[in-house]
Amino acid sequence: MNRRNKERAFFLLFRGCAWVVALALMIIVGYIVVLGIGTISWEFLTQFPKKGFTEGGIFPAIVGTLYLVGLVMIIAVPIGVFTAIYVSEYKSNNWFGNLLRVVVNNLAGVPSIVYGLLGLGLLVFFVGWGFSLLASAFTLAFVVLPLVITASREAIQAVPSSLREASLALGTTKWQTIRHHVLPYSLPGILTGVILSISRAAGETAPILMTGVVFLKFTLPQNVWDTFQAMPYLLYSLSTQTPYDKTQDFQWGTALVLLVMVVAMNMSAIIIRNRYREKYKW
Amino acid sequence: MATKKSVVAKRRRINDVLIHALLIVISLFAILVLAAVAIFLFLNSLPAFVSIDQWDFFTGTVWDPTNPVEPLYGIVPLLVATLVVTFLSALIAIPLGLGATIYLSEIAHPRIKKVMKPAVEVLAGLPSVMLGFFALTIFARFMWTAFLPWWQPSDYLNLFNGAVFLAIMMVPIMVSLSEDAMNSVPMSLKEASLALGMTRWETVWKVIVPAARPGIVAAMMLSIGRAVGETMVVVMATGSAPQLTWDPFSSGQPLTSTIAIEISEVAFNSTHYYALFELGLVLFAMTFALNYAADWAMRKYTERYQ
Repeated sequence: MNRRNKERAFFLLFRGCAWVVALALMIIVGYIVVLGIGTISWEFLTQFPKKGFTEGGIFPAIVGTLYLVGLVMIIAVPIGVFTAIYVSEYKSNNWFGNLLRVVVNNLAGVPSIVYGLLGLGLLVFFVGWGFSLLASAFTLAFVVLPLVITASREAIQAVPSSLREASLALGTTKWQTIRHHVLPYSLPGILTGVILSISRAAGETAPILMTGVVFLKFTLPQNVWDTFQAMPYLLYSLSTQTPYDKTQDFQWGTALVLLVMVVAMNMSAIIIRNRYREKYKW
Repeated sequence: MATKKSVVAKRRRINDVLIHALLIVISLFAILVLAAVAIFLFLNSLPAFVSIDQWDFFTGTVWDPTNPVEPLYGIVPLLVATLVVTFLSALIAIPLGLGATIYLSEIAHPRIKKVMKPAVEVLAGLPSVMLGFFALTIFARFMWTAFLPWWQPSDYLNLFNGAVFLAIMMVPIMVSLSEDAMNSVPMSLKEASLALGMTRWETVWKVIVPAARPGIVAAMMLSIGRAVGETMVVVMATGSAPQLTWDPFSSGQPLTSTIAIEISEVAFNSTHYYALFELGLVLFAMTFALNYAADWAMRKYTERYQ
């Protein structure tokens, strides 16, 4: 085989790989949209489930997921962004800074089920929060914290140092420079990271399964000490614990609502990032 | 006037010191979380160290903790299941991810790239429970009936079923990390190769990929780490039967799904409860090692191109 033909053959193979990946996405999304769209109605989105998940809707699971994600962000975003500021803006070339970098890398690799065990052992039993929205929110915050830190750090480090130097040369303090110059320019990047973390938190199942989510409940969570329903866990329970023939509409409907939520967040993160790339070219 | 100015300046300086201190305190949180994971897993495994013979734990071939007569805690079947799904999913995801990366970063038309890259990112964002659901409802049935007159998997839900969807989760990680590595290969290397009359394929395979190898190795390690620790896909797709088997087409129960399934059924403070924490400790050690290996590869890589 001559060199040109060899090139052609291998390039075809690589193109094939890329198309297999794209096709996998299209098949999964296609199935969920086609099989789920029939179930989606106003009632499905705003009613409690009735008659063993054959009538009514998944309102409490939607609300539960929103509550959960909101709490996770309240916990993880400030901690994550401030940690990223410290790591990238302050002289952290000492043991503490190095330790922090190693820790963040390792946190990202810890499996979510292990965070679940921590949440169960530490927050639910040891601290005594019980199976609750708060315990689940903290557990999920542990899961997304490294994502928030890494994304924010990259966004902050992308701001050119000439900007900081100009500001400092005018006599501002370090914090004023960060607050008024570094943060505004890195905001789109931080926002992208935060949105991706929200979508990750909305879809995670293993950590909440052990710390407070329930399958069926006829009230919305009243406060953070209450148990709650969530879409990913509902999908898991419906598909593993109820007969497919009876609840398949609910299963595909739940999958579609979750899919729309997650994909919408991912797409908006991608759009924000691309816009910001075009706007600021350093 | 002069005093007023210096008061403002002093207040600002104090402010700055306070904020610096505050940032250090907040940063401690991340360190505390990792320390809590390690310490808490260890402390909660201690009762298991005492009440289960550790030799039996690591070499026992039967996992039957709910047996009322003689509960058995042998993690070999769980380790083997984790090994089989991880190996299979790596076998699928690594070549596929690498091929897709080379296509996207070296061959694809910018217009195709503009559509394909967000598609990979959306794939990365799909919740694992959704992939598990798809494996359970659609793919398992497809594999069960597709080759029917000639062949059928041993079990309806099997390790292969889980591995396919783990691979789908690993591919986006492979692509985004190894693309970074390939993009940071200096342009001069590529130009030199092309100028010497190499074809684009030869340039990719003999210059760019070897130069980016440490980054690609790190991408492999991190995606394998993801497969080892992933829970929902294996819980829903692999059939959850803790049997010792090397057959990828029969049911199995990896470490992660054992924890997820059994933790909600055990009594608090029972031996079984602590044994599950020890499984978590084993899992933590495995992913920690993979992460460390990835970190080591990356360090080698940055040293080379500084």
